[in-house]
Amino acid sequence: MQKIILSFITLMTTASVAYANGPVNWSLGMQESASPVHERMHAFHNDLLLPIIAAITLFVLALLIIVVLRFNRRANPSPSKTTHNVPLEIAWTVIPVVILIVISIRSFELLYYTDRGAITPEMTLKVTGYQWYWGYAYPDQEIDEFSSYMVADKDIDAAQGQKRLLSTDNVVVLPVDTDIEIIITAADVLHSFAMPPFGIKTDAVPGRLNQSWVRITKPGTYYGQCSELCGKGHAYMPIEVHAVPKEVFQQWAALAKTDLEKSYEFLKTAP
Amino acid sequence: MSDVTATAPDHGHDHHDHKPGFFVRWFCSTNHKDIGTLYIIFSILAGLIGGAFSMMMRLELEQPGVQYLLDADGNPDGQMWNVFITAHGLIMVFFVVMPGLIGGFGNWFIPLMIGAPDMAFPRLNNISFWLIVPAFFLLLASAFVGAGAGTGWTIYPPLSSTLGHPGMSVDMAIFALHLAGASSILGAANFIATIFNMRAPGMTLHKMPLFVWAMLVTAFLLVLSVPVLGGAITMLLTDRNFGTDFFHPEGGGDPILFQHLFWFFGHPEVYIMILPAFGIVSHIVATFSRKPIFGYLGMAYAMVAIGFVGFVVWAHHMYTTGINVNARAYFTAATLIIAVPTGIKIFSWIATMWGGSIRFATPMLWAIGFIFLFTVGGVTGVVLANGGMDLALHDTYYVVAHFHYVLSLGAVFALFAGFYYWIGKMSGRQYPEWMGQVHFWMTFIGVNLIFFPQHFLGLQGMPRRYIDYPDEFAGWNMVSSYGAYMTGAATVFFIFVVAYTLLFGRKVGGNYWNVEPQVMTLEWTLPSPPPFHQFDKQPIVK
Repeated sequence: MQKIILSFITLMTTASVAYANGPVNWSLGMQESASPVHERMHAFHNDLLLPIIAAITLFVLALLIIVVLRFNRRANPSPSKTTHNVPLEIAWTVIPVVILIVISIRSFELLYYTDRGAITPEMTLKVTGYQWYWGYAYPDQEIDEFSSYMVADKDIDAAQGQKRLLSTDNVVVLPVDTDIEIIITAADVLHSFAMPPFGIKTDAVPGRLNQSWVRITKPGTYYGQCSELCGKGHAYMPIEVHAVPKEVFQQWAALAKTDLEKSYEFLKTAP
Repeated sequence: MSDVTATAPDHGHDHHDHKPGFFVRWFCSTNHKDIGTLYIIFSILAGLIGGAFSMMMRLELEQPGVQYLLDADGNPDGQMWNVFITAHGLIMVFFVVMPGLIGGFGNWFIPLMIGAPDMAFPRLNNISFWLIVPAFFLLLASAFVGAGAGTGWTIYPPLSSTLGHPGMSVDMAIFALHLAGASSILGAANFIATIFNMRAPGMTLHKMPLFVWAMLVTAFLLVLSVPVLGGAITMLLTDRNFGTDFFHPEGGGDPILFQHLFWFFGHPEVYIMILPAFGIVSHIVATFSRKPIFGYLGMAYAMVAIGFVGFVVWAHHMYTTGINVNARAYFTAATLIIAVPTGIKIFSWIATMWGGSIRFATPMLWAIGFIFLFTVGGVTGVVLANGGMDLALHDTYYVVAHFHYVLSLGAVFALFAGFYYWIGKMSGRQYPEWMGQVHFWMTFIGVNLIFFPQHFLGLQGMPRRYIDYPDEFAGWNMVSSYGAYMTGAATVFFIFVVAYTLLFGRKVGGNYWNVEPQVMTLEWTLPSPPPFHQFDKQPIVK
C-alpha cells in the first residue's frame, strides 16, 4: 500500500519534468517554473501540500475500505454500542490543527514572498486590460502603450512555434534576471493578468493600480491567459512574454521606442 | 439524537384527513409535506435544466476549437457561452440545491422529526415556495432577452453594469435573485421559529436529530447572509438604472466593494448548501450502520462552528484582487481553521460505521460516496486556502474541480441519498434496489471522470469560464466530457427510477428500513406516507 502511495506521489510531482513552455497535454502537475515565486509555489505544492492531501485522502479511503470489509452485515452481525471515545476525539481535533500549523508557516512565507514586490525594481511594466486585448507600456524605456491582440486561429503559424489561443501579435519583451515591477489596471471591466510560469495572477481593476513583480530566471517564450471573466472575448486575450538577455532587451527597447515593428524584426535576428 | 425514542401514538383513521381539492391542495398549499413535495419536484425539474446546460458545456469543451456555440456568422459566440455558465451556476445553487435540501427535505422532515403538526407559519411557507417559481422563470427568461446575462453567477461589476451588459437581462437576473433571496429568508425564519418553538415535549436542543441541527444552523446563515446579497444586487440595480455609482470607479465607487459584499453572502452560501447534506448523511450512516451517531454533540457543534467561521473567511475568494497582504494572511489562517470541524465530521461518520453492522442499501452508498468525495473536495480546499498558492490556482479548473467535489459530488450526492432514503416515507412506495444501485455507480464513476482530471487542468493553469482552450489542454478535457455523458445517462436513468417508483414501486410500511430504536427519529413512527395531518396526539420524547 505504502509503495503505491509513494509511487503515486512521485508520479504527481515529477509528471511535468519534460521542459516545454506553456501547458503540456496530459500533464498532471504544474507548469515549469520561470521565476523564484513560482519555484516556491511549486515546492510548497509538491513537497508539502500534495503529499499531505494525498495522504489524508488515502487514509480516509483506507478507513472506508476497512469499514466496508469488516463491518458489513455479514462480517459483523451485531453492532457495537460505542458512541464516544474522548481520546480519539481529541486526537482527530488536535492532529489536524498541528498539520494546519505546519502548512500555515510555509504558507505565510510564500504569501509574503509573493507580495515582496521588487524591493528596488530595476524597471516597470505597465499592463492595462481592455475588452479584449492587453495594453503594455514601459515607462522607464519610454515605450508608449501598445496593444497586444491574440493571433487569430487562421493566422497561426505553427512553424514559427505559434500556439493557438496563446500567441499574440505584439508580444511583451522582458529581460531575464531583472527585478521587474508590474503595474496592472483595466480600462473597462475586470480582467486578470495571469502568467502561470511566473506565479503571477493579479486582477486588473478599473480605477485601481495593482502591483506584482517578477524576476524571470531563463530566456524563452511564456504564455498566460486572462483569468477574470470579462465578456465574450474572455478566452481570446492571451499574454505572450519573450524573455531575453539584458543586452538584447536594451537594444530591443531602444528600437521599440520609435518603431515597434522594427523592434520585433530585430528580435527574430537577435542571438 | 441517540437518546431519542418515541412513543408512536395511534394515528386514527384516514377519514380524519381532510385533504382539500387538487387546486387548493397544490396551489394554495399550507401543508408542510405538500410544500416539501412541490419543492422537490421543482428542484428535480430545475436540476434537469441546469444539468442540460452543463451537458452542452461539456459537449463544447470535448475538443479544442468551437464546434457548437457559434453565432449566426459561424464565429464562436462567447456571450452565449457566458450565458450558459451563468445560468448553470445560478440554477444549480438557487433553484436545485437550495430548494431540494432546504425547501424539500427541510419542509418534509423538520416537523416530522421534532414531532410538530406542521411548520410554525404555514402560509409563509406557501409564499416562500411560490416566490421561487417566478424567480426561476425570470432567470430563464433573462437568457432570452437581449444578449442574456453572461456575468458568471458572481455578477461582478463592471461586467454586470451597463458597461458590460447594457440590455435588460442582468436586471431580470437581479430580480430573480431578489425573489429567490426573499423566498430563502422567509423560509429560514419559518424554520427557526418552528425548531425553537414546536419541538415535542422532552426534545431538548441536545436531543434534536442532527438533520434538524443542520437546518437550524443553515437557517441562521440564510437570515444573516442573504440580506447582504440583497443589498449588493440592489446597489447594482441602482447603478444600472438610476445613476448611482456604488461600484463605478469613474463615480468614486469601487468594483471590489461588490466582491466583498457578494462573498460575505457567497461564502456562507456554500455552507448553506452543504450543512443540510451533513445532516442527511448523519441520519443515513446511523440507520444503516445500526449504531447511534458517534460523538453527537461534537457533530452538532462542529456544524455550529463551521457556520460561525464561515462568516469570517469571505475574502479567500479575492486573493488576487489586490487586497492587503496582511488581510490575505488573516483569511488564509481563518480558512484553514475550517478544516478542523470538517475533519471532526468526516472522522465521526467513519467512527459511526466502525463497529457497525452495515447494510449497503442505495442511500448508504450515496452517503459513503459523499464522505469520500467530500474529503477530496475538502483537501483541495486546504490547498486553495493558502493565499500564496492561490495565485497559481485562482480562477483555474482546480477551483472548478474543488467546488464541484464539495457541491456537485457533495450536496448533490446528499440530495440523492436523501431521496432514496425517504422516497418510501414520502410516497409510500419503495424504489427497486437494483435501480438505485445502478444509478449510484453510474453517477459515481461519471462524476469522478468529469472532475478529477480538472485538477490536472487547473494545476497546468487552464482558466475557467473559457469557451475554448489551447490544444495542450485537450487530453483531460476529453476525459472530463466523457464523464459528463455518463453522468447525463445516469440522470436520465434516474428519471425512470422516479417514474417507476411512483407508479409501480412496492408499498412499504412506516419503518421500512427497520431503523432501530437507538437511532430512531420520529418520522419512522408514522405510516408511509404520513397522514395529511400527523401527530394528532403529541409524541413524547423520553
